[in-house]
Amino acid sequence: MASVSVPGERGRWLTRRPASTTGFWSWITTVDHKRIGILYGVTAFAFFLIGGSEALFIRLQLARPDQNLISAETYNEFFTMHGVTMIFLVVMPLSSAFFNYLIPLQIGARDVAFPRLNAYSYWVFLFGGLFIYSSFALGGAPNGGWFGYAPLSTAEAGNNMLFYATGLIIVGVASTVSAINLAVTIINMRAPGMTMFRMPVFIWMGLVVQFLLAFSLPIITVGLFEMLFDKRFGTHFFDPAAGGDPVLWQHLFWLFGHPEVYILILPAMGIVSEVLPVFARKPLFGYQFVVFSGIAIGFIGFGVWAHHMFAVGLGPVANTAFGISTMIIAVPTGVKIFNWLGTLWKGDIRFTPPMLFSIGFIAQFIVGGLSGVTHAVVPADYQQTDTYYIVAHFHYVLVGGAIFGLFAGIYYWWPKIFGRMLPDRWGKVNFWILAIGFNLTFAPMHVLGLQGMPRRIHSYPESLGLTFWNTAATLGAFIIALGVLQFLIMAISSFMRPKDAPADPWDARTLEWTTGSPPPPHNFDEIPEVHALDDFWHRKYAETKTGRVVPVPAGGADQAVPGGVHATRGEREMEHEPHGIHMPGPSYWPFVSALGFPLIGYGVVFSPWPIVAGAAIVLIGLYGWALEPSAE
Amino acid sequence: MSDVETHETDLTGQEAYAARTRRGRTVRHPSPKEYIRIAIVLGVVTAAEVAIYYIESLRSLLIPMLFVLATIKFSLVVLWFMHLRFDSKTYARFFLLGVSGAVTLYVIVLLTFGAFSR
Amino acid sequence: MAALDQHIFESEHEATSTGLPNTKLAMWIFLASDCLLFGALISTYVLYRGASIKGPYPSDVFDIPYTSVSSFVLLASSLTMVLALAAIQRGDQGQMRVWLLATALLGATFVGGQVYEFTTFADEGLTLTTNLFSTTFYVLTGFHGTHVAIGILMLLSLLVMSFTGKITQQNSLSVELVGLYWHFVDIVWIVIFTIVYLIPTGPGPT
Repeated sequence: MASVSVPGERGRWLTRRPASTTGFWSWITTVDHKRIGILYGVTAFAFFLIGGSEALFIRLQLARPDQNLISAETYNEFFTMHGVTMIFLVVMPLSSAFFNYLIPLQIGARDVAFPRLNAYSYWVFLFGGLFIYSSFALGGAPNGGWFGYAPLSTAEAGNNMLFYATGLIIVGVASTVSAINLAVTIINMRAPGMTMFRMPVFIWMGLVVQFLLAFSLPIITVGLFEMLFDKRFGTHFFDPAAGGDPVLWQHLFWLFGHPEVYILILPAMGIVSEVLPVFARKPLFGYQFVVFSGIAIGFIGFGVWAHHMFAVGLGPVANTAFGISTMIIAVPTGVKIFNWLGTLWKGDIRFTPPMLFSIGFIAQFIVGGLSGVTHAVVPADYQQTDTYYIVAHFHYVLVGGAIFGLFAGIYYWWPKIFGRMLPDRWGKVNFWILAIGFNLTFAPMHVLGLQGMPRRIHSYPESLGLTFWNTAATLGAFIIALGVLQFLIMAISSFMRPKDAPADPWDARTLEWTTGSPPPPHNFDEIPEVHALDDFWHRKYAETKTGRVVPVPAGGADQAVPGGVHATRGEREMEHEPHGIHMPGPSYWPFVSALGFPLIGYGVVFSPWPIVAGAAIVLIGLYGWALEPSAE
Repeated sequence: MSDVETHETDLTGQEAYAARTRRGRTVRHPSPKEYIRIAIVLGVVTAAEVAIYYIESLRSLLIPMLFVLATIKFSLVVLWFMHLRFDSKTYARFFLLGVSGAVTLYVIVLLTFGAFSR
Repeated sequence: MAALDQHIFESEHEATSTGLPNTKLAMWIFLASDCLLFGALISTYVLYRGASIKGPYPSDVFDIPYTSVSSFVLLASSLTMVLALAAIQRGDQGQMRVWLLATALLGATFVGGQVYEFTTFADEGLTLTTNLFSTTFYVLTGFHGTHVAIGILMLLSLLVMSFTGKITQQNSLSVELVGLYWHFVDIVWIVIFTIVYLIPTGPGPT
């Protein structure tokens, strides 16, 4: 077992780097991508519970006609924050959790390109999320919808949408910085022999997502600044009285907003592309097609944004162009679906929880995708837009798709991350509860939408005949809640069991399964050398002339070595790291520097002085970071 | 450099990987004199831009000519000062992705507003 | 050193899959993303060109000769920046410091010039909230000016690093990175100067 060291030079008192890797403070100062991944995951799940609670309030309020369980003002805050939370504080960070944890492991690296920057992204995200939520106690939470259309968002009095604009700018910084970090990691830190086309599909989807983030976030950042300036300083970006045009906001928002939905779904698609081959004991069908489709979705995803604006009055030329581009994007998506089905076809299928969630993903995503294609037909969309039909569509792809895909990932990688298995039978029960609850909640919304139920309404009269399906949907929502609660209990109970999961419990294909469960801090005792796609699988199994898969003797299929299955390598290889493995040392500067952002945020909303203090903290933090003794 | 190349064939994949650019390399750069020449061209082009602005008889050609001149300046700085002409094509590809993406998207947005037909 | 074909030692860096340093790759991706940022601000300006309901209008306040001088200053600063990099890649620490300082001073002159320009405009009745022109103009140039100011901070930091021995011929990547950022800020100004100042805008909604 190689020795791991953080170099001795600790610096003088002020710039002394922390060194501990255990205890509470070690989590504050960690730069280990695995710990940062866990931090993202736990935080995202906490926000999931909050966002889910907001949904339950919405569903309770809408369960029967003409109710006033919560006031209309509160209702506006809840549905706005439900959207903001689920998108920015749940699905994105949960995807980040998986990217952070798995990217270095799957490409055979020891950490990401910029470990402290990685920590910084997490802390800025956390503080940004807390900042937005503090608005509930400081005058009212954002209430103009998650899409914040002007001039409602800019002209209405109150700080609610200032928290929205400022808070989203802050979490946007976190995501942009992380995107650049992970993109460089994937491009530049792959193990020897891992060419781009030997990377797992999950990594490819990760690469596309980082570029989508890097190129779409600046657009909404400008929009948010313009909204902020209009509200705080009285500029006229979206002010019709001065000649401004609120439609500009919609363009800037959706130029980001549409790539954003692919940012939300591609990670889950990547997860499913990893899980299906393992539990079908077959390689992914059409690997190159799946990769290229992901790239195509990324590109075309930038060309469809105005399909969210068909009813705004852009005119027939624009509407037609975007209707066509929207139909075109269904093609690469369909290609992926057929390739997943091809993976399952004639496979040796094991219906484990990750497999169930992945199959659920495919089925439900197809439903959501089909309703999406109906939106692309512009005249049909005139009927559908701003109704519950749209709500049905995006929940099918985002919950039935993304959330189910992420749950597949949670079940699949739980043993790797926490060293314990989640119980198989209860996991299957969990899948069915969530699947039944989900479909009962959102399938009826297709009907409600076509019956004319508008979005974002606080209540509806009995006479519209919308009651039955609304009540059904509310019942479904509580079944989902039951499923989430069951999952929580299962997850917490798993920690009461010993950490005895093997390195490769699923007989999987990718590099993270070659090292311990959980991996040691340095990931691999020796950086692997990769010879093929699914290199680990090929080391375990070979194909006979008749195509039968047989285990390779001493290929590591039944060896669980804590530092990795490359133990057969000799001393010569150890010469590359003769002084032991140097890992980046912990640091508190990312945490310190991130603290400046919420201060700046409060300054923007309330009074200018915290801006100065916040900016100073950011700067001091950055300088401390730049000047602390190097750890490599 | 040839020293390293022959040696690399003896190395395993890992070792060759480690040797590649762990040390710095020598590359072709423009000389300070070349940079100064580029700067002078930039100055001249800027002067031309301002001159065209003032010449009334060229008013109808103003926008296309300004566009051409600005593009020349942009390219000179990017290719020479930012060294893209001599560096790995990877950098150029990413930057071009950003520039062309920005131009395309925003031109489309402005078109939907009819901004070019006013 | 007088040879046209300079072979200059480039910085050491960690071994990577592409052979390119992580930080330089990161900087180029960042600059690509910054194009989207400035593109949005410039498009907002272009969209609202000529749409202000009341004045002052651009032709009322712009002083083209003044801003042209500002543009020359910023272009010159790109030259001094690349000369600083060339110096350290030759191993000339002293020359690098001179050129870095010159770049910072030229950048500060540019920002100072803009501050003076804005106060003049404000005296002539063009403040942030006056009309659409003021809104889009000040926010666009303000974002750019902030980028320049951050650049100046980074240049001064490089100077300090030079005096504390952190920059050497083998280890000059940070100078190169700040240079890339600085040149980017310059090319954004090239676009802004052309579109905002040199393309004339008449008064009122057209």
